[in-house]
Amino acid sequence: MKESNEDWTIVIKPQTGLFDIDFKELLQYRDLLYIFVRRDLMAVYKQTILGPIWFFIQPLLTTMVYAFVYGGIANIGTDGKPRLLFYLTGTVLWAYFSECLVSTSSTFTANASVFGKVYFPRVILPLAKVISTLFKMGIQMILLAIAYAVYIALGQYSFQVNGYILTLPLLIIIMANLGLGVGMIVTSLTIKYRDLQYLVAFGVQLLMFAAPVVYPLSRFHGKMLLLLKLNPVSAVIETFRAAVLGGTVDWYMLGYSFMISTVLLAAGYVIFNKAEKSFIDTV
Amino acid sequence: MSIVIKVEHVSKMYRLGEVGTGTLTHDLNQWWARLRGKEDPSSKIADLNDRTKVSDSQYVWALKDVSFDVNQGEVLGIIGRNGAGKSTLLKILSRTTLPTEGIIRAKGRIASLLEVGTGFHPELTGRENIFQNGAILGMTRHEIRRKFDEIVDFAGVAKYIDTPVKRYSSGMYVRLAFAVAAHLEPEILIVDEVLAVGDAEFQKKCLGKMKDVSTNDGRTVLFVSHNLAAVKTLCSRSVLMSQGTVRDIGDTNQIVTQYVKLNSDYMTRRIEYKGEDQAPGNDKIKVLRAEVTPDVISVDDPVTISFELLNMMHFTRFKVSFDLVNSSEQIVFSTAVDITISARGSASAKCYIPGHFLNDDIYSVWFYMFTDEMTPLLLLKDMLNFEIIDKSRDYAYLGKINGVVRPILRWETSG
Repeated sequence: MKESNEDWTIVIKPQTGLFDIDFKELLQYRDLLYIFVRRDLMAVYKQTILGPIWFFIQPLLTTMVYAFVYGGIANIGTDGKPRLLFYLTGTVLWAYFSECLVSTSSTFTANASVFGKVYFPRVILPLAKVISTLFKMGIQMILLAIAYAVYIALGQYSFQVNGYILTLPLLIIIMANLGLGVGMIVTSLTIKYRDLQYLVAFGVQLLMFAAPVVYPLSRFHGKMLLLLKLNPVSAVIETFRAAVLGGTVDWYMLGYSFMISTVLLAAGYVIFNKAEKSFIDTV
Repeated sequence: MSIVIKVEHVSKMYRLGEVGTGTLTHDLNQWWARLRGKEDPSSKIADLNDRTKVSDSQYVWALKDVSFDVNQGEVLGIIGRNGAGKSTLLKILSRTTLPTEGIIRAKGRIASLLEVGTGFHPELTGRENIFQNGAILGMTRHEIRRKFDEIVDFAGVAKYIDTPVKRYSSGMYVRLAFAVAAHLEPEILIVDEVLAVGDAEFQKKCLGKMKDVSTNDGRTVLFVSHNLAAVKTLCSRSVLMSQGTVRDIGDTNQIVTQYVKLNSDYMTRRIEYKGEDQAPGNDKIKVLRAEVTPDVISVDDPVTISFELLNMMHFTRFKVSFDLVNSSEQIVFSTAVDITISARGSASAKCYIPGHFLNDDIYSVWFYMFTDEMTPLLLLKDMLNFEIIDKSRDYAYLGKINGVVRPILRWETSG
């Protein structure tokens, strides 16, 4: 019997190092990613009457409620932008971030039964969610475009979309990084400390008020403004609004936001990777 | 023959009890010990896995220093009682958990069939689930598409392929799940107790497929089962696990024999007492010795049950009797014999049960003594226990053969 170490394709050994991440393996499982994305999109509206229309109804109603409560009742200014468009531009990217975060942060607990039986790179699941949520966001973008067109047709607002719109891919990447990164840290910790699971659910809702989703940054000054700017989500939403409804972009803020999101993603992935190896013993 | 799996000194430690409050301080302690370069404080106090004993330790070794090799193309059986560490070993092999110590090296894809319908989404149709399940198990979409018809055909669910699997019967579910895994063409396939489910026809298909996979394609199968008939028939070599360690590895027949002997340690196959003081019984009759032979009993072996009795009275004519009770508490038969034992003397009685009569099961002997006028003198429930094991079969069905008894009967056929 001859042995050569190069022949082994699978090596299972105790806790691997921090940066022992197998990107080649991820590539092998790309078909699984595709199938999970498809499943996420299909399974959502199975056995519903309205089906994919739900993707429209949800953001539309949310935005209308925001416009009514924050604009109508609380009378928070919108920088002179039409209320519906102002809230829509805020929620489109925010909803993407929060959905990525919430679904990623339940990765381990929600899939414990599958993870307990078969091996595949666990990160495929949150990745699939980030991609399938992208479709939902696309639909909301269409909604935004329709609302915009209606405003223009009624002569209530002029076409303000400008060159900044080219930053959209970057904005989406930042949001995805943030959602994934924070979500992966949370889900890795929830394996042992379930408390976090409950924190995330309403934490995300609270966090929305720490970002300029339902108010413009221009309302604030001094320390408060600095605090809001520290939130990496703020730059993304402000930039998107400026690109669609007109305004200026704070490039430093956007750069800071991108850096933070990258660091969080890297940290999240390292922690996630470490957690996935032993999670089934603890869960 | 080349080695496809090499398991070297693999150990796995589990923490007992509930994970809850206190885990944070515990984690910090562990982390602090590691930081100072000391051994994990918890690993020293871990016990070997023995469920029957209440352990003081918070930690337990589910596996301890397990090493063995698996050759290419063989069907290796893994047997052991519940809690012997089989499932933990499989979990490590299928990479759902990591070992605490040791290393496993393997060549090629390992696919496990640890449980039925893994990763099946109830809302998705059979077709969608085939793709998803296949992909989870590591197949590419192209591979699945190529195998799709074969899988559906094998599972026999063509009619329901576009129905959500939540409406499938459990049998259909299993068939579909096994079909996907069987067509995955992994270099190493782990099969765990799937044969317990599914009808005879499907079992036949599965076993055929397993044989096919190992003999024709040179692929390797790890077969974990409590079904000794299946293990004996399918595996040439087996591993016997006990309390988290490998007790032995070798020829299946010899390993199964060992396994049964190991099990019989937990059974009373023989009682023997020197003095009349300790011997069970009462002031009328004592049982000095009782025994079931041989040590390992297969369904085709004759069984001898013998008793040695001590008469404490002046009366000399008795009836010795016992009920044979199976694991579902049914009395298989009751038998009795007349015996004469001299006053304050002893005598022995032997009962011969023919081979090809009892089915494979765990049996218990309930012992009775009467006077010859049927006045009860002594009753000892569960005096002896023994197990009758199945033998290897030369036909395809490997499931449990029904019936309290399993006689060979004369048949006549025509036409």
